[in-house]
Amino acid sequence: MIRAFSSADLFFIISAVRWTLILSVIAFLGGAVGGMVVALARTAQGGMRRRVAAAFIQVFQGTPLLMQLFLVYFGLAVIGLPIDPLLAATVALTLHASAYLGEIWRGAIEAVPSGQTEAATALSLSYIDRMRYVVLPQAMRLATAPTVGFLVQLIKGTSLASIIGFTELTRAGQIINNATFKPFLVFGTVAALYFILCWPLSLLARRIEARMRLAVTR
Amino acid sequence: MYQFNFQPVLANLDLLIHGAWLTVKLSLMAMMLGLIVSVLGAVAKTSGIRPLRWVADIYVEVIRNTPFLVQIFFIFFGLPAAGISLSPNVAALVALVVNVGAYGTEIIRTGIESIPRGQVEAGRALGLSPVQIFRYVIMVPALRNIYPSLTSQFIYLMLTSSVVSVISANDLAAAGADLSARTFANFEIYLVLTIMYFLLALGFSTLFAGIRRIFFSYPASR
Repeated sequence: MIRAFSSADLFFIISAVRWTLILSVIAFLGGAVGGMVVALARTAQGGMRRRVAAAFIQVFQGTPLLMQLFLVYFGLAVIGLPIDPLLAATVALTLHASAYLGEIWRGAIEAVPSGQTEAATALSLSYIDRMRYVVLPQAMRLATAPTVGFLVQLIKGTSLASIIGFTELTRAGQIINNATFKPFLVFGTVAALYFILCWPLSLLARRIEARMRLAVTR
Repeated sequence: MYQFNFQPVLANLDLLIHGAWLTVKLSLMAMMLGLIVSVLGAVAKTSGIRPLRWVADIYVEVIRNTPFLVQIFFIFFGLPAAGISLSPNVAALVALVVNVGAYGTEIIRTGIESIPRGQVEAGRALGLSPVQIFRYVIMVPALRNIYPSLTSQFIYLMLTSSVVSVISANDLAAAGADLSARTFANFEIYLVLTIMYFLLALGFSTLFAGIRRIFFSYPASR
């Protein structure tokens, strides 16, 4: 039965934004922890750690996010867990974010002049102190713009969770479209909501980047 | 304990390889058309003509700040309401071109802006025609400068193209979904699919490195 598009439908779509946000926040926080581990391993002295981190990054950047989602989704059954779209989506997106943030932060850590690390070593700072007080604060400044940029990519990426059956913004749009068949209106609204989430972040990333460039040329 | 069963995948490997070939074709077409859209977009963005720049700005911002999945739904389900009906395969290609065109516009614009004005003026002083200046003084050096980011965007496009299977366009992911529906060896199938995409990504990056060596190497490298 096809019915008219009502304000209740609009409300249903808008309230699904919270699931997109929840997925994004969990994946970003999990990805921040994972990404820090990956970035530190990738820039560590040990050859083994570096290789494992490099392989992790290459696998996750060299395969589609959609395949990663399906693999985790069906992989849950393999390790004997119940198949759950929310769990699968958060695990896959967290791993995905870990690889991308790990690569961004590796670049930022390596961009800190090696003299800084050498000076810290000469002052006999431990690895943890050296990273915490010398390298990471400087790397963080460099990494802010691309990190915010990646957050936009991550929010857009959560839309793929709809394909494994998790009801976030895109899936909510599909459900309403199936009932009302107003695709132009429905997907236009869904796109507008994503735009409202992502555009301010894109502008922020660009502004930080412009400010950084100014600081470098000065 | 889960029993792995790779038999259905191995027995139907030819279907998956055919799917991979479709993904390669779709991606190559989207890359070539996308490159044209990107150059046009970048020219519009760097031109002095205001309305043209606004149109390009809006296009780039809208596409870059919405998910590809929603874009393809909009094109496949939404456009017929406006009288434009596309088959799944055509809608997939259009969506990919529109998507990669926006990212490419931004990348090529950066390349064009990296060319010092003095070089354009030098070209003019040498009596080159505007077309020659655009081609040899602006586009070729610009493309050389942004080649790495453009090609990694193209590889990302190939990976993103797996999403077109949701509107039942034919590609590697769709071949896998078909097989998965018939045999239920889901995990095994998606494991093999993921490996195949990984190999495709490696293949494309080797191809791009080769193209770079042939077309963009300087006689004397900087």
